[in-house]
Order: sequence, then structure tokens, then C-alpha cells
Amino acid sequence: MSPEVTKSTQKKIKEIIARYPKKQAAILPVIHLIQREKGFISDEEEKLVAELLGIKPVKVREVVTFYSMLSQKPLGKYHIQVCSNLTCSIMGAERLIDYLSKKLGIKPGETSDDGKFTLTTVECLGACEQAPNMMVNTDYYGHLDKEKIDKILKELDE
Amino acid sequence: MNKVPEKVLTKDFDVEHLYKIGVYMKKGGYKTLTKVLKKLKPEDVLKEVKAAHLRGRGGAGFPAGVKWGFVPKDVDKPKYLCVNADEGEPGTFKDRYIMSHNPHMLLEGIVITCFCVGIHTAFIYIRGEYENIAQRLELAISEAEDKGFIGKNILKTGFDLNVFVHRGAGAYICGEETALLESLEGKRGNPRLKPPFPASIGLFQSPTVINNVETLSNIPHIMEKGAEWFVKQGIPKDGGTRIFGVSGKVKKPGIYELPVGTSLKELIYTHAGGMKSGKKLKAVIPGGMSSPILKPDEIDIPMDCESLAKADSMLGSGAVIVLDEDVPIIDVLRKITQFYSHESCGQCTPCRIGNSWINKIVTRIYKGKGKKGDLDNIEKLASNMLGRTLCPLGDAAAMPILAVVKKFRKELKAEIKG
Ligand SMILES: Cc1cc2nc3c(=O)[nH]c(=O)nc-3n(C[C@H](O)[C@H](O)[C@H](O)COP(=O)(O)O)c2cc1C
Ligand code: SF4
Ligand code: FES
Repeated sequence: MSPEVTKSTQKKIKEIIARYPKKQAAILPVIHLIQREKGFISDEEEKLVAELLGIKPVKVREVVTFYSMLSQKPLGKYHIQVCSNLTCSIMGAERLIDYLSKKLGIKPGETSDDGKFTLTTVECLGACEQAPNMMVNTDYYGHLDKEKIDKILKELDE
Repeated sequence: MNKVPEKVLTKDFDVEHLYKIGVYMKKGGYKTLTKVLKKLKPEDVLKEVKAAHLRGRGGAGFPAGVKWGFVPKDVDKPKYLCVNADEGEPGTFKDRYIMSHNPHMLLEGIVITCFCVGIHTAFIYIRGEYENIAQRLELAISEAEDKGFIGKNILKTGFDLNVFVHRGAGAYICGEETALLESLEGKRGNPRLKPPFPASIGLFQSPTVINNVETLSNIPHIMEKGAEWFVKQGIPKDGGTRIFGVSGKVKKPGIYELPVGTSLKELIYTHAGGMKSGKKLKAVIPGGMSSPILKPDEIDIPMDCESLAKADSMLGSGAVIVLDEDVPIIDVLRKITQFYSHESCGQCTPCRIGNSWINKIVTRIYKGKGKKGDLDNIEKLASNMLGRTLCPLGDAAAMPILAVVKKFRKELKAEIKG
């Protein structure tokens, strides 16, 4: 994969860097943009970010490995993140994680062979009033049960 | 309590499209900002906010006015405001409601705060998962810029302020104020040693104010109606309302804005509809996962900082998690220890090793392989964290763990057969 980014992303990156008195501060927003475009942050993207911000690649790696939303390997087209924290758990999340796992044929932390799904368990998503919760890419889904999960997955398939 | 609860922050939440600036202004929005900028001096604002006894809504409950007062006046460095929208404390979801329903109320609070402290750049640090809300905030900021409420020469008063949204990327620890600063500077979110406090040396080595979303959303209301009115909404040293978030085994989980000092029992049984499916109450976590658990005979308690502290717990973020008789206490303990062992940044040994060991022991008990002495060991490891760590996460983990073991020892012991 080439580390080039689109013109519009380049422009956006410039704007973002200008907000901060130190370039390095732009690292999370810049990585978010690049990860959205490339899907993950490999060595090449790491170098690109380092170059853009005028820092050493190791500084980028330190950040990428610290934050759970940043990924060093490709994720599925649909990244399913199920909350396994307290409220969601007592409202049935653990059974749903097993259910999803069986249905997709992958364990939490894995990506399906066709590259379609990644399943992850995460800590509280900040939506406990509608527990149990999960996210599919950037969207929240609450009040989950097996039927609702079936419906969501079916819609993704279409 | 006989006064009829008045809603302040959530009053207009059901107004359609309140997040748009036109609707917010029709509801009287930005009038207070105009009044403050055109008629008042920064010290007038500070005096009012101090008199309002507005305590931080993010977790620690520190009085906002006092915190602002710590910022040195005459420095030749820029000063910063960091709005804490990280909302990672398990059980907490109130800031999400504020930002998605009424982003301009928060922005109005931000501008008044920056005017008061002499700040010209504010960052809203929002948890990465709230991407859609971050977009809404950015839209609101550009609307406010178009109307001249944010940007250069605000309302032609000569006051300048830029506001930027900065998304986190999934790390609970970045809600801790000094970790937030590190993260904003583009580093790993490792908390800093205090002192120096952020008010003197914060973001980019400059004086910095850090406040929670709900805290700042109160500012326009305090400046509109006055400190005296605000204090009356709550109790003398803890003014205003709180947006309590109730989740778990109640009939109506959700947010409830009520006066500071409302009884926890009333919150659960009157407002949140009582227990789901007629089950018996087992325990309540009153202020987010870091707050020590309460048993049913302890919930007749006013929800204010002091009262909860007296009960050896914490009002924290006002996030109430309700557990019923069906929830095994080992599950609760396992979720608590799973969370803290996952979220420890690893800088201090007692926190890193302590949390991971406790989690191992608890998981073993959960799997039916508990050993004699396990509970004592958990207590030892947790006590060893208390007061011995760089940031408050060590205590935030140890206290709820110790409380569960103490208050539910019998049930936990029964889990250990060997
Ligand atoms: C581990 C940890 C996590 C925290 N997470 C948050 C958070 O997500 N949001 C928040 O507002 N405060 C959080 N806090 C509290 C902040 O450190 C800080 O006290 C708060 O942002 C100050 O604002 P306030 O005085 O308006 O409450 C956290 C504290 C600790 C120790
Ligand atoms: S107490 Fe824990 S989270 Fe806080 S700095 Fe130390 S290791 Fe990190
Ligand atoms: S516990 Fe799952 S969203 Fe909070």
C-alpha cells in the first residue's frame, strides 16, 4: 500500500497542524484521518505521519500502540465492537458476544477470512442507558438482543 | 425535600433541532454571553462562579471558581482551556446527551469561561468513539463563528477565542487531567506528577484550566440567573443540579437532572421507575465504577459530594449503576478488576502489578478455582495501591475493590470452595 494520501486529506492535515503551537500535538487527528483512508497504520503510514509532523517514527509507534482505537493491522470492513463493561454485561452482553462469535466464526480480537468483519470487546462506550451496546464502525447500536443483531448483520450483508 | 425540581441544563432537550444555533438563540441562547462580554469584567464572572459553589462534574468535585482563581494573571505565555469530554468512567453518559442535544450551551459556557480567565484557545478533548458527536460540535463551532460568538473580536468587544475539537483514540486514562494534557500534546496518555498543577504548568507548559463538559455547561445559567439562585438549586456548598445517569436493573434507565442533594433512593425508585421485573435491589454503584458500592440499607443518602464522601463512597460523575439480586457479586468484582487492569497506564508498579494480580485472582475465583486466602490477598494488593501511585487511578481501582470485598465477603467466600 502506498503511503500517499489524497489531496483533500493533505489539505485537511495542513489545517489541523496549524491549530497547535507544536506539530506533534496534531498526531491523533492526523492518524485518525490516515487510518480512515488506509484502514490501519502500517510502517509506511507510521513514517508518513512522522514526516508530516517532523518527529521520529518511534514517537508515532508509541502513540499507535497506546490507544485502543488505533490499529497496526488491517481491520475488517465492518469493525464490530461490543461493550463488555459492567452495565452491558449484567444486561446480557456476554451471551451476545458468544453469539456474535459463533455467527461470524471468529473470536474477539480476530478478523474473518473474507476481511469483512472484525470482532472486538471494548470497555464502556458511554451509552449504558441503552445497554447492551455495540458499535459497527462509527455507529452505535443499543438495546441489543439476538434478533436485533441478526437484523443488523443482515443489513450489512446487503 | 418539598421544592419542585427545576431543570436547568436539560430543560430544552426535547426542543426539535436545539443543536442548531437558530433554535438555541430563539430559546435565549448566547444572550448571556452578550451581556457578560459587553457589561461585565472578568473578575465579576469569577466572583459569581465562586459564589455559586459549582463543583466539578467530572469526578473529583473540585469547586470550579477556586480552580480558575489558581491561574496566574500576569504571564506572558498563552493560557489554555481543555474541556474534558472523554467520558470514560463506566456508567457515565451524561456529557454525550449535553453535546448531542445542546452543543451551543457548552460553547457559550466555554466562551464565558475563557473570557473570565483570559484564555484565547480552547480544546474540547472528546473520546474517540463519539465521532458523530465530534462532528456535531464542529458544526456548532462554525455556526458560532459565523454569528461572531467565537473567533476574532467576538461581538466587537476585542476578545478573541478559537475553539477546536480534539478526538481521543480509546484510553480511559486520558480522562485523568494530566494524561489528557499529554495526549493532547501528541504523546501516550501517561499521567504527570503533580505538582506542578495544570493551572500553573499545563498544556504546552502553559497555565491551563481543565473542566468537564457538564461543569462548563452550567456557566451560562449561573451568569444569567446569578449565584444565589444557583446555590438554591442545590445545597449551600454544592450548588445547582446534577445530570444523574441511571443504568442497570431499573425500569427506566436514562438521564435525570435533579437538584444536588436529591436522595439516591428517590432517584432510583421515583425517577428511574424502581426495580425492573419486580426484583430485589442488591447494591448500587453511586458515582461511576470508581465509587465504592452501597448496599440497599445505605441508599437513603443525599446525592452531594460531602454526603457520599461521609459514606466512604463518592459522587464522582453521578453515574448510578443499579444491581439486582440476580447479579452475582463475583461478576461485579470481575468487571471492575478487568477494567482497571486493562486501563492502568503501567507507570507505577503498585497499580500495574496490583491490578493485574487482583484481576487474575478474581478471574480464578469466577472460574470456580478460588483458593483459601484469595480474598485476603486481594485486600492486601488493593491496600498497597492506596495513596502509593502517581495518579488517582490507583485509588480509583483500590477503593471500589475493597468495598466489594468488605461488604460482600460472605457471598465471595461461598464462591471459593477449596
Ligand atoms: C482515571 C481517571 C479518569 C477520569 N476520567 C474523566 C472523564 O472521562 N471525564 C471527566 O470530565 N473527568 C475525568 N476525570 C477527572 C479529571 O481528572 C478532572 O478532575 C476533571 O476533568 C476536572 O473537571 P471538573 O472539575 O469540571 O470536574 C478522571 C480522573 C481520573 C483519575
Ligand atoms: S496510578 Fe496507574 S494509571 Fe495512574 S499513573 Fe500510575 S500506573 Fe498509570
Ligand atoms: S457499560 Fe456498556 S456502554 Fe457503558
